[in-house]
Amino acid sequence: MNPSTSWWDWSHAAAVLPSLLLEGLKITLIATVLGTLIALVLGLAVAIIRRTAPTAIATPFTWVVEFIRMTPLVVQLVFANLVLSPYIDSTLAIGIWVLGIHYTTYMAEVYRAGIDSVPTGQWEAATALSLPRLRTWRAVVVPQAIRNTLPALGNYAISMFKETPFFVVIYIPELVRVAQNYGSTYFRYTEAITLAGLIFLAASYPTSLLIRKLEKKLA
Amino acid sequence: MPENTAAPAAGSAPHIEFRDVLKRFGDNTVLQGLDFTVSRGERVTLIGPSGSGKTTILRLVMTLEELTGGYIHVGGVPLQYEEKGGKRVRIPDKRRRRTTTDIGMVFQHFNLFPNMTVLENIVEAPIHVKGLSRADAVSKAEGLLAKVGMGEKRDMKPSQLSGGQQQRVAIARALAMDPEILLLDEVTSALDPELVGEVLAVLKDIAAETDISMLIVTHEMQFARDVSDRVMMFDQGSIVEEGPPAQIFSEPAHQRTRDFLRAVL
Repeated sequence: MNPSTSWWDWSHAAAVLPSLLLEGLKITLIATVLGTLIALVLGLAVAIIRRTAPTAIATPFTWVVEFIRMTPLVVQLVFANLVLSPYIDSTLAIGIWVLGIHYTTYMAEVYRAGIDSVPTGQWEAATALSLPRLRTWRAVVVPQAIRNTLPALGNYAISMFKETPFFVVIYIPELVRVAQNYGSTYFRYTEAITLAGLIFLAASYPTSLLIRKLEKKLA
Repeated sequence: MPENTAAPAAGSAPHIEFRDVLKRFGDNTVLQGLDFTVSRGERVTLIGPSGSGKTTILRLVMTLEELTGGYIHVGGVPLQYEEKGGKRVRIPDKRRRRTTTDIGMVFQHFNLFPNMTVLENIVEAPIHVKGLSRADAVSKAEGLLAKVGMGEKRDMKPSQLSGGQQQRVAIARALAMDPEILLLDEVTSALDPELVGEVLAVLKDIAAETDISMLIVTHEMQFARDVSDRVMMFDQGSIVEEGPPAQIFSEPAHQRTRDFLRAVL
């Protein structure tokens, strides 16, 4: 069989793999890890602000959060890139912040549920010990809220990983973009895109198993 | 300093004072026009049918419930509201906490912090409220754990303990703050019958060895008889009668008290 006409060519697969792993996967992982960190930290902050701020602040704040949550990530990426690229050189940085802030709004909901799941008796015990508000949050409520929400937070981290391909719309060379570049150069898309998909699967699936295990352990 | 006397000297300022207290939950009036005082070192047990407002009284003293009307003074200091220029003004949380630092509470459901070990539960407030050094807080906590018979369990998590053990830790946690007032809210009601005794024994020791004022809500009438200086019978948010336990339990003056005691004894 003529290799150039078959649907799968191992030599193309071998040729694209190094750049997929070294360039594409690297950027995808950086974006996922940093985006997750942003979402974890800001998400907690948003959840606490919505719970503690006076209504005059909390209500408009909620509108902003809902607006971000209810509009597509792709639109946010394109919009942020248009607005911010004159001021920020790194498209990757813009992408990571958009991804992180988008997921902040989801993680804030998860944290909110976690905070609500802390029994009233815990707040009352803290009051009975005259613990200051800040200390009550830090030592009693947040640790218990996070424990209750760890699996859900992990699932959103995986979900972020799988959404990094949206970065193609602002030309960040993550996995799928690298695959596309190879495809358009050699006019061989199948190997590159298939391998990119397999790399996603190889990373997501074990992670999701880990999270399921964690879930069982915490239940 | 409080004196260790069963019947505190007349004329000394009351340790806890309720003045015309009103508490509503929505449309439901739980307490109305309630006046009473507790002297320093006095142990007062509140009895009465459920829904009579006993627990609400303890929760008001701990600032877990907001007063609807009237005033509560603790050691002469207004707790939740004060009168300022003829107006009833809410006292901010920070100032409330200065008063509540001297008040401890033990709950029906223990409410230990599950994310902390037994020892961490006890040293948390002494370190972060009273500013004790960690070493001082730990050595004090160890003394208290030994006293409640939990010295071996300091590094365990609450979930690894029985209900009676958790409640003894909760008692040690409250005592670690050196409270002048201790509120006991049905502390044995959630325990299996065979675990009630160990908790009551610890509390009897504390009653005998300290001069802490106590406000107690309990269904354990023998315990009430043993530790109380005074028993107050409540019904529908007001005091039906009060007096020394011997009098209330042996020769209650009111029919409602007689009915209640017949039902629980």
